[in-house]
Amino acid sequence: MKTPGQWQMKNVREIIQQLKEKPGALLPVLHAIQQYIGHIPDNVVPVIADEMLLTRAEVHGVISFYAHFHNHPTGQNIVEICRGEACQSVGCRQLEKHAKNTLNIDYQQTTDCGSITLEPVYCLGNCATGPSIRINDDIHGRVTPERFDELMENCRQHLQEAG
Amino acid sequence: MSIRIFVPSDTTARSLGADQIATLIQAEALSRGIDITLVRNGSRGLLWLEPLIEIETDNGRLGFGPVTSNDVQTLFEQNFYLGQTQHTLCVGLVEQIPYLKNQQRLTFSRAGITDPLSLDDYLEHDGYTGLDNALIMTGQQIVDEVKTSGLRGRGGAAFPTGIKWQTVLDTPDEQKYIVCNADEGDSGTFADRLVMECDPFMLIEGMTIAGLAVGATQGYIYLRSEYPIAHQILTKATETAYQHGYLGSNIRGSQKHFNLEVRLGAGAYICGEETSLLDSLEGKRGLVRAKPPLPAIVGLFGKPTVVNNVLSLAAIPYILNKGGQAYADYGVGRSRGTMPIQLTGNVKYGGLVELAFGISLNKLMNDFGGGTRSGRPLKAVQVGGPLGAYLPENQWDTIIDYEAFSSEQAVLGHGGVVMFDDSVDMGDQARFAMEFCKVESCGKCTPCRIGSTRGVEVIDRIRAGERTESNWQLLEDLCETMVDGSLCAMGSMTPIPVQSVMKFFPDELRHERQE
Ligand SMILES: Cc1cc2nc3c(=O)[nH]c(=O)nc-3n(C[C@H](O)[C@H](O)[C@H](O)COP(=O)(O)O)c2cc1C
Ligand code: SF4
Ligand code: FES
Repeated sequence: MKTPGQWQMKNVREIIQQLKEKPGALLPVLHAIQQYIGHIPDNVVPVIADEMLLTRAEVHGVISFYAHFHNHPTGQNIVEICRGEACQSVGCRQLEKHAKNTLNIDYQQTTDCGSITLEPVYCLGNCATGPSIRINDDIHGRVTPERFDELMENCRQHLQEAG
Repeated sequence: MSIRIFVPSDTTARSLGADQIATLIQAEALSRGIDITLVRNGSRGLLWLEPLIEIETDNGRLGFGPVTSNDVQTLFEQNFYLGQTQHTLCVGLVEQIPYLKNQQRLTFSRAGITDPLSLDDYLEHDGYTGLDNALIMTGQQIVDEVKTSGLRGRGGAAFPTGIKWQTVLDTPDEQKYIVCNADEGDSGTFADRLVMECDPFMLIEGMTIAGLAVGATQGYIYLRSEYPIAHQILTKATETAYQHGYLGSNIRGSQKHFNLEVRLGAGAYICGEETSLLDSLEGKRGLVRAKPPLPAIVGLFGKPTVVNNVLSLAAIPYILNKGGQAYADYGVGRSRGTMPIQLTGNVKYGGLVELAFGISLNKLMNDFGGGTRSGRPLKAVQVGGPLGAYLPENQWDTIIDYEAFSSEQAVLGHGGVVMFDDSVDMGDQARFAMEFCKVESCGKCTPCRIGSTRGVEVIDRIRAGERTESNWQLLEDLCETMVDGSLCAMGSMTPIPVQSVMKFFPDELRHERQE
């Protein structure tokens, strides 16, 4: 779960400077920035481009190519529902519907309270014990609609505790 | 003496509560004043039994599973830690469980037995003997051993690994690379994940040997970001290997060098395709490159590069330890060695089954898998990931062998077997195949990028009963165009699942299922 907070451009520069000498450094840089801020805001794109001697279009092109990178803020928790065939065979389509209905959002949207962003994912490597979902870095198996509701309740409670 | 209790730390065990169980076991032991040593081992791959808790006894390890956190109390009450077997979750000695006992584990011989992060465990269980041998061989001798093994790439295309290595060895350059393809994008597969989470030093050893063989001093593991636990474990194992002189400069005092870095992907299926993967590693969008030139000649940063799947590289330590012939002694025809099959989807006993090539799909699904989880009749099986065919009942006697699968217009791929019961709507599955390609296409060529979008539309029309016959014809033509005109297998293989549904389940594609 992310800790919401202020971020500073000078720290972003520092992250870039630490990593940019690696061969093919752009993905590690983007991962590190997303880790720090929670997403990759549009106004860091020129900074990355400048530091790494790339064009803005190149940086933007890479960010938009990969599903994992977000250019807008997400909720406190990212909840991914596996849409792979193995999970389909044990009911992920129903789980997907249940999630959208109960959270009242579609994929790539965030609940009003800001606690949950819903994303599709294609396979979590947990295919013998589906349906599988991922909440931040935790993967959950054999998720029934009831279990899903419990897990979502936990996400909301964490938000309240955090204020 | 302290009692050793094992709680697996792989993704599946944890997805079913293993971390919480580990904490509860520690607390319960403490409050009862019982001296235990808790080991976070890897998984045995008997995933239906996870979390599978094991106790070390004089006769071997005793298992209990699948354990939930509610069971911890009663396990202690019934003295499970003393090796008492009366608890209802007791499954007896783990190595006597037929599912495990009837396997031929070469690659997964240590999985679940050792602590994945313990280098000592690894060394005690035959680890790094392959590297020791390789360090006193020439590159050509290593490559020859791999050729003798008959190993073919386990990532999907089944290209002979020894021949790929020979090309890189024969291409002179100051800088060459070993790239491990750990993108494992196919639904229904997790064998790469299990290697990385349960026996990471084996992969590191395999890559180091590959480096020695072809003269490469830098390796990258390109790991998908969907595997956070594998990432943690691999990162720690790599650090340990550096600390103990198994990576870095002057490996084991040999004057030979090999560096290794783990890099994360970012959620793009196409980056499992080797050339797209290389572009991604270079920090670009994951666009597929035209071949030739082969990556073996012009690969990462334009240098000669070995790109191999996790399982291919993980087979190398065994081959260098026991000899290529020992590996080749398993298998049938041109499919040598063992294949880790992953039984998934609607299956009662899902998990990893490593066996010599040659067993039938039916035996795997029934003798090991125990049929469907739902108890309803099995209807179709998708083998080889999202680009693999759906096999109807009359193809279930096909044996696990690359050639046997191609002769059925199917693919074995990375060995994922996804089972569906009779509640599946095959029309939905055909549509999903096109939709998946639409979402995951890299966009470089038209048949794939536009074809998949049109494919979804045409399937929708057929299912809505709109000019069914002419749209059926159109779908056939579209599939042909994609097969013939796509630059890579993403576009050229997406028709495989679609055509298998058209051929074997035509009625379900024609009529939307009414329920
Ligand atoms: C669309 C597509 C996706 C692929 N995904 C993977 C993958 O996730 N993992 C993998 O090892 N190979 C994957 N491959 C196969 C690789 O291109 C390549 O053949 C493999 O990395 C070579 O290693 P091997 O010879 O050890 O199998 C994919 C191929 C295609 C066309
Ligand atoms: S077939 Fe698809 S994924 Fe492959 S190069 Fe063409 S557009 Fe890209
Ligand atoms: S298909 Fe859902 S975890 Fe693999």
